[in-house]
Order: sequence, then C-alpha cells, then structure tokens
Amino acid sequence: MTQKNRLGGGQVDRNTTLTFTFDGKTYAGHPGDTLASALLANNVRLMGRSFKYHRPRGPLSAGSEEPNAIVELRSGARQEPNTRATTAELFDGLAARSQNRWPSLAFDAMAVNDRLSGFLTAGFYYKTFMWPAAFWEKIYEPIIRKAAGLGSLSMQADPDTYDKGFRHCDLLIIGAGPAGLSAALTAGRAGKHVILADEDFRMGGRLNAETFSVADMAGADWATQSVAELSAMPNVRLMPRTTVIGAFDHGIYGAVERISDHVAVPETGKPRQILWRIYAQNTLLCAGATERPIAFENNDRPGIMLAASLRAYANRWAATPAPRVAVFTSNDDGHRTARDLHAKGVKVAAVIDTRADAPRSHDYEVLQGAQVVDTMGRLGLTFVEVRQANGEMRTVECGALGVSGGWNPNVQLTCHQRGRPAWDDALAAFVPGGTLPPGMVVAGAVGGQFSTYAALKSGADAARQALGLKGRAPRIPDAEDAPVEQTPFWYVEGCTRAWLDQQNDVTVKDVKLSHQEGFRSVEHLKRYTTLGMATDQGKTSNMGGLAIMAELAGKTIPEVGTTIFRPPYTPTSIGALAGRMRGKEFHPTRLTPSHVWAKERGAVFVEVGNWLRAQWFPLPGETHWRQSVDREVMATRASVGVCDCTTLGKIDVQGTDAATFLNKVYCNGFAKLAVGKTRYGLMLREDGIAMDDGTAARLAEDHFVVTTTTANAGKVYQHMEFVRQCLMPEADVQLISTTEAWAQYAVAGPNSRKLLQKIVDAEYDISNDAFPFMACGNITVCGGLRARLFRISFSGELAFEIAVPARYGDALMRKLMTEGEAFDVTPYGTEALGAMRIEKGHAAGNELNGTTTALNLGMGRMVSKTKDSIGSKLSERPGLNTADALVQVGLRPVDAADKITAGGHLMHADGPVDAAHDQGYVTSAAYSPTLGHMIGLGFLKDGANRHGETLRLVSPVTDLTVNVEIVSAHFVDPEGDRVRA
Amino acid sequence: MHDLIPITALGGTTAHVDTIGDTTLTELPDIALASVAARAGQETACGAKLRDMLGADAPAAGKAVFGDPFSALWIGPDQWMISADFATHEDIAAQVSSRFGRCASVTEQTDAWVCFDLSGAGVNAVLELLCNINLLQFAAGDSTRTSIHHLGCLVTCIEPDRLVRIMGPRASAGSLHHAVTTAMTSVA
Repeated sequence: MTQKNRLGGGQVDRNTTLTFTFDGKTYAGHPGDTLASALLANNVRLMGRSFKYHRPRGPLSAGSEEPNAIVELRSGARQEPNTRATTAELFDGLAARSQNRWPSLAFDAMAVNDRLSGFLTAGFYYKTFMWPAAFWEKIYEPIIRKAAGLGSLSMQADPDTYDKGFRHCDLLIIGAGPAGLSAALTAGRAGKHVILADEDFRMGGRLNAETFSVADMAGADWATQSVAELSAMPNVRLMPRTTVIGAFDHGIYGAVERISDHVAVPETGKPRQILWRIYAQNTLLCAGATERPIAFENNDRPGIMLAASLRAYANRWAATPAPRVAVFTSNDDGHRTARDLHAKGVKVAAVIDTRADAPRSHDYEVLQGAQVVDTMGRLGLTFVEVRQANGEMRTVECGALGVSGGWNPNVQLTCHQRGRPAWDDALAAFVPGGTLPPGMVVAGAVGGQFSTYAALKSGADAARQALGLKGRAPRIPDAEDAPVEQTPFWYVEGCTRAWLDQQNDVTVKDVKLSHQEGFRSVEHLKRYTTLGMATDQGKTSNMGGLAIMAELAGKTIPEVGTTIFRPPYTPTSIGALAGRMRGKEFHPTRLTPSHVWAKERGAVFVEVGNWLRAQWFPLPGETHWRQSVDREVMATRASVGVCDCTTLGKIDVQGTDAATFLNKVYCNGFAKLAVGKTRYGLMLREDGIAMDDGTAARLAEDHFVVTTTTANAGKVYQHMEFVRQCLMPEADVQLISTTEAWAQYAVAGPNSRKLLQKIVDAEYDISNDAFPFMACGNITVCGGLRARLFRISFSGELAFEIAVPARYGDALMRKLMTEGEAFDVTPYGTEALGAMRIEKGHAAGNELNGTTTALNLGMGRMVSKTKDSIGSKLSERPGLNTADALVQVGLRPVDAADKITAGGHLMHADGPVDAAHDQGYVTSAAYSPTLGHMIGLGFLKDGANRHGETLRLVSPVTDLTVNVEIVSAHFVDPEGDRVRA
Repeated sequence: MHDLIPITALGGTTAHVDTIGDTTLTELPDIALASVAARAGQETACGAKLRDMLGADAPAAGKAVFGDPFSALWIGPDQWMISADFATHEDIAAQVSSRFGRCASVTEQTDAWVCFDLSGAGVNAVLELLCNINLLQFAAGDSTRTSIHHLGCLVTCIEPDRLVRIMGPRASAGSLHHAVTTAMTSVA
C-alpha cells in the first residue's frame, strides 16, 4: 500500500489514510483525493479499456471532461457503471472496478479488436451489418452491444433516495474558479442573493491546481479564504458538488447536487442526489476552459494526459503518474507543467514544443520545433518518439506525457437554447457568441479571459453589470496576468491511428474516411464517426475533429461550425430526474372516503387515473373474480348494493346565469330544468364530437351541481372555465370543484329506498311520489348531518346517490352496511358497476372515445336545435350524419357459450373480413349474470335499423370469430320501469 | 345530533402529527372552509362584506388575511377561500352565505382539502424541496397556489421560515404527506 508516486504538498489530508480497492487490489489514499489521483499516487496508470478497440487507457484529464478513466463504483445494488475516476471523490472502503475488459484489465481478450482495426473503421456497422435485415435485431445488435458496451448494471433496484427542489436567486454563478469567486464576493458583499455552484467538491477551480499567487498568497489559499468569507454571508449559498446540467427556459437552470456520493452509504433518510431547478434573475457563467489535446500516433497510452491535468495532479493532489515525465506542447501553457513538476522533484525528460521559438529552460531540455510522432508501452507509456526540428528522430524515455494544444472555453451552457459560439481568431477557439440564454453573461476563461487577473476582474465586472451595482469598482487582487498566446496545432502530420475521441475510439483516420465518403456536414461527421457522442460529449475531442474537417474541406473552422450542445452538461443519473416520484409514489394517489373501510373488507383495487377504486369485494371461498362480480350484480339487482362513486367529478355552478351557462356547455337543454330535479347531459366538443356526459342537479334557481365522468373531471372543469372566462365573460357564473368535498355513494336495487329510509332523517320524504326518478335535494341524515340526495341510476335499478361531507364518508358507509344487513346489502365495485351499466346500455368512456357523436351514441335527438350550444353546429356536418352512420347497438352471442370481447370488429355473416367490409366495432363487453351469457355494446353502421341481424364478430388479435345477434343496447329493463319504481 | 364519526384526511380519528428533526407537520382537520366568489357586478358589495367579516380589506392576489373567527386567502379573481374553526363553523357555507346574500356564490370546501401546518426552525429548507415558491420573498401573509408532488396546493406563510400552512386535495392527503415527510427527513 505504498503511494510510490505521491509527491509533497498538495491539498490532501495526509493525517488520514483511506483504503480502497481497484479491481480487488487494496490501495491507500487521503481525503481530498479523487479515485484517479489516488490510483496515480499508487503508480496505477491503467484504469480502463477503450470502447471499441479495447485499448489500454488511463486518465486523460483531472476533471469532468474525462473520456478514458471510466470505472464501476461500489457493489451490489449500489453498483454504478460508467463513472469518471477523475471526479469520484475518494472515501474509505470505496470499491472500484475497471470495465469493458475480459478476463482482466491487463489481459483483455477483446483487445483483438485492435488488431482488426482495419475493418472496424468509421461506418463499420452500417457497412457490415446490412444484410439480412432480420438479423439486425436478433443477432447483430446483441453481439455488438456485448462486445462494445461499457459498464454493467446491477439489475437491482436502486436502494438510494433522490430528491428534487427549487431555489431562487438574484445571481446564479456557475463555476467557483477565480472568476466565479470574484463575482460571488462582489455580489455577496452587495447583499444580493447569490448561488455559487461548482461541480468540484473543493471550490477554487484552477486556483487549486496552479502555483500562482493571488493577493500575495497561494491561489488555493486565496480561494479557501474567499470561500470562508462567502460561507459566512447569509445571502450567499454555496453549492459544491453541484453540476449545473442545463440552461432551460425563463432563467431556470437544472443542477444536480451530489449529497452522498462521497460517502459509502447515504446517511439514513438522506438523498443521494438532489436535482435543483434554480430560478435565476441573472446568471453568470464562469465555467472555465478545457485544455485541448494534440493528436499523434498512439496518443492514447496510459500516462499520456493533458498537460494542465498532469500539473493539477502534482499541485493539488500531490501525485504524478510517473517519476519521469515529458511535455508535448504548442504554447507556453505546457511549459508551466514542466516547471511545476520539476519544482515538485519530478524528472522532466524533455519539453517537446512545436514552435521553433519556444522558450528555453535551465532546468530541463526543450526541443524546439519538435513533434511527438509515436509512443511505446503496452499497458502504459514508456517512450515517446520525437521528430526534431532538423528531421532527426529521437526517443525520449518517460512514463507520462503532458499534452497541451491550448484551451477551449467551456461554452456548452451558453448554447443550450440553440445559441452558436463565435470563433475568436486571437485565441483560435470558440467563445460564447450570438444569443446567450436570456439573463446570462460570462466571465473568466469561458469568455476567453485566460489569465488569473483577467478572470478575477471579469468576474467582478460581470457581477456588477448583471446586477446593476453602482459605486466604485472593487479592488482586484494582484495576480498572474500572463499574455495569452495560443498557436493552433491540432495533429501531427502523417498520423492515422491518432485518437481524437478517446471514449468512442474515433481516430484522425476515421474523420478523413468520413470526409472521403461524403459526410461533409459537421452533424453528419458526428453521427457517422460517433465523434463526440460518448458520455463526455466530446469535451476534449470536438475541436480536433472540426479542425481536421476544416482542413480537408479547405474551409476555416468557423465555416465548418459546431454541432449543437445539449443538456445535460455531464451524465446525470435517472434517479435524480425521478426524485421522490418513484415506485408507487411516481404519481400521487387519490383515495376515496371509503378506502379504509374497503381495505378492511378485502377489496381488490384498480387504478382509475390517480384514484384507487374498489374493483370487487371477494368473499371467502370465491376463487375467481367473476364469482365476486356476478354475486355483486345479482345481489344488487335482487335487493340492494352500495358503490362508492365519489370519484365522479363534481363541479359547483352558481350565479344568475348558471342555467344559461349549462345550456351553452351541454348540447341538451337545462334552462327549464326545475329546482329539485336532475338531468342527464351530454357535452360536445367544438367539432361536434361527444366530450363527456354526466348529470346536472338544480339545487336552487342559481345553483347547480354538475357531475362528470371520473376520467374527465379535470378536463371538463378546465373546459367549463374556458367557456366561462373566454366565451361568456359577461355572464354571472361562478365555478368551483367540489369533487373531494363530498363522499358520494350509489345505493341501488329494489330495496335501496327502504335502506335509505333508515338513514335519511324522517322529515325528508323519499317516497316515489315525493322524490321521484331524477329528483334531487339537500337533506339531513343520521340525525342531522347535512347531505345531498340524487335519484339517479347508472345500474338501471331503483337507485339513489347520497353525498355527505367527505370526513363522514367512512362512517356513512359503515352505517349503510349495518342498516342494510336486513336487506343483505352488498358493496359492489367497478366491475359490477360496469357489468350493470352494459346490461342497461349506458355509455361510458369506452363509448365516449373521442370519435363518437351524439348520433352514434343513439342520442342524436338530444342535440337541441332551439339553442346554440358548443358543438351543436358542427355536429350537423354531413360527414357525421350519413345514412349509414354508426349507431350504438347491443350484441348477444348466437351461441350463448360464445365470448364477446371489446375491440373486435363486426363483419357480415359471409364475405371477406377486411377494412373495406367493416360494419362496426365492439366497445364494451361483459358477462351478464342477469342473462347468463356475455353481452356487448358496439357501434354498427345504421345500427338502429339492424336489430335482429346476425353478424360475425371477428378479432384477429385474439383469434376470435363468433356469430352475434344485433339487439337493443338495453338488455335489462328496457322500458325503465325499475328506475321509476 | 348525528352519530357519524368523522375521520381525518389521512384516515385517522385524530390529527396526524410528525416531528422529524427540527420540523413538525401537523394535520389540521378542525378547519372549516368555504369559497366565496363575487357575483358579476357585485364585486364592490362583496368586497365590503368581506371587509366587514374579516375586519380588514379582502386579501389581494397572492395574499392572506388572518382574523378571528374568519380568515381568508385569495384564490382567484374576485374569489377567496374563507376559513374558520370547525367546531363552531361546521356549517360555514351557510353562515357565510347568509352574510353575503346574493352578492356572492358560496360553496362548502371544508372536506375538499387537507390542511397541514409545517412548523419549526428551517421550514424553508423543507419547502424548497417541495415547491417553486420564491422563499426569498415569501413573507407573512403571502399565499400562493403551487404544485407539490404534482398536486395543486395552496401554501400560506404565517411566519417566515417558521410556520406555513399547506392545503392540498383531500383525496391525495397520503401522497402529500409522503412528499412533505420525505422532504423533512431529507433536511433533518
């Protein structure tokens, strides 16, 4: 457990040692380490295998842009594939494994792909797996997925919880490097509400990775001091470990805060991650820049990394990949790496600089005008082959090579609303340009301000500008302010197997091939080669690809343009997107007032929208649902049954124009409905199609209670509000939903009145004369409780619906059961309800299916011609009123033993079975315990005139063909004597 | 007097109370509610009746007025939710209606809602996990309609960062309770 490559200094806590495993082997690290820094300190450079060719890979970077060091963390249900070792915070007991290798990381049998690379070029899949087509899904894709793939899933449910939240601020600062800290100090000292978010667990950005001083102290110390000052401000909220993943509409930013990823197991009850939606008045993007690599032959060996990452490992984490390193650079920034590593006691073998006038050093050799043309080392870098300015080749021994091709501003978040970055010739890089998301400004390196002083100053200036702060500008601390000079150098001439996109294994050769084969648009290049399509979204590869494309096409880089950047900025767990809404809580549940009671009765529930409704109430000995449902139907028709119908929408409609309003929304008339009466109503859409049906009870001249179907309660309320506010703004109508305020039960069956008479207070006469069919009224029950009674029937029996305030619903149900014992009262569920309504021929959601009209439903005459109601005019369209229009009918099997199923189509008794000969279709079907066979409702062309005809019901889906007789839809009590009894 | 025993929105016979960390969630079954909507052309008269009833001007958009016995929340243009103690105002709709006569439409809303008080130091930390209210500006007497756990709720600030009242759809009391207590656990 010796940390062979651990250097002095750094921001790791050497007083504490953490042990962790990688591929089963135990190592030691310290708090402050990432998995990558700890492995490097332990002389482990090889951390993964590449996606396609299974080439050995180590970290390219020290941050979230990492394409290579992709590992699996943890085990069991918490196993998480495809995480970046460069951002994984080390904790005691961390178990990490390499992925995409077999049998081991050092010997990977799939590395044979590398030998076959001549075949596996860009477009390989498209060219190879074309034929036969049927093979794709069953053979090719599974094999490719198995061979490629990255990590593996545990296939277990995620044991952790996730949360979501909302935060507001005057200024959201994304990135806590020098620009972000400077902006936060400026805005925070001005008393503004500031959120400072940074993806790292330690704020400070590059200040932690460099040796520059700020205000005469180490940059990292200045960062620590600034963070301390900010954390003491009540108006500033620091959010470390928080990645702002997207810039969305209206100044809303998505941000994932990793609450527990740096501990083995989240604290009990604590979420693993929280997805925040940050509502920002202003946003300051200080996302910094990402160093860009140079492509050269075999530039992907473990130990080859970005130069600034190499020094970040040395300066911040006190780790080096090897005791002897070299640097390959096209700009001065690469020399910083050499200086810093030399200062840390690491042997710098050479600095290979592409520029002929590169600065020299007393401490190490600088090869001016030289280029790295190849590298060696099977599982890690051992030598680099350098072509010197004079053309002579030279081999340099080194275990690590820092590569620097300059820096690219991290413009991604500026482009999330389709903004396109602008090309900056001086920087030879894209910078934020065009239209940024509203309210966003940028500062620091993302805006091309690459020196520390410029970052500090632009952060403070941008904060002042964004917030409109007046007064004297704050003093900017003294800091490094070196001139920025970036010499574009993308790849070494003549290289082929030189990696641009290391995560997706895209080489310079692939880009050239893509161009040769005609994929000239940058979007086509991306999709053909998969350049930039991996989980790192091409943070280190896109620019290289663009530069090569530009060169091949004889264009400039800005002429080639970029692909679109989309959220999320870095990979985001699905759990964070789901938050608390998972498992049974993925949507809210609505429970009826009798739910507790129904549960006690052993009810089987069904989800109806968000509602849980009792489907049936099994009794001991009943082994099949049909036994329960048939019993419930028979008992209700024989004596009395009770069903919770609270779920029907209830809308209170009041005002002097209430009746006029209902006349508008229902196609049938309501103006003349007497107080104390209820009427069935059908609502049409503007286009004349039926929208919903229900009843409206007139409790007073200016007061109605409208009921809607359960499914459409919300939609109908919305529609009615639209009509009230937009179509009848002058009318005196007030609406409010009362669905949940009242517990409402259907009491149905020949003994329903007798049962209710035991409940309803004596002063209310509910005899047939005093309270006839369709009567309604306010009453009291059980000795004075206010209630509503409606004499309406869905079952076709003598029936009532009784409503009491919801809190008494449970008690009323129990009361109905107790008082009903004398009549063998039976609770029934939605299945019995459905069977009875089909027996009665009542339309429900299956019939009001969004395609049917009043005419289809057999209610054409209900559409009043004497008034204007919504949909009435368009329901007269010729196309909806043809002679053979579909009309609702009943269906009975010719052979009583035959089945009827909904969804089947009706065909002539003889002749072809095809769409051209379609006669109609079945909407509802049930076993009728009353009749002793199955029955159905359906729509049939000219159905009203075809009763008695025999047709074939065919359902190719369920392989059903039966002969059915067309009958009236009213199977039970067609004259309606029972409901009026 | 009738003999029907009421249950609370969470299904118990007594109010449910959860204390997690520094915050407490208390179910409030003993609140009577009625909506009041001014009739067309009667807005001024309705406003006067409200002033009379509340002892203060009717709350403006996004505001609440606390009074004794009646309090009110603004819930829409010329529309308010009136609350009072359930024990003395179970028939709140009738009581309010008789005050307003024909200048307003009154609807009983008592059991359409589940009411919770969320109290304790750091209530905002819980609230920010639940809804998108701008808590930097949520002052006593502010009341807003917001979505919690996909449920349309009314949230009223009684004392900033110490006490808020959350009203949500009664049938989903269990889901709302789950959401709030999960958030309370998160920040505990």
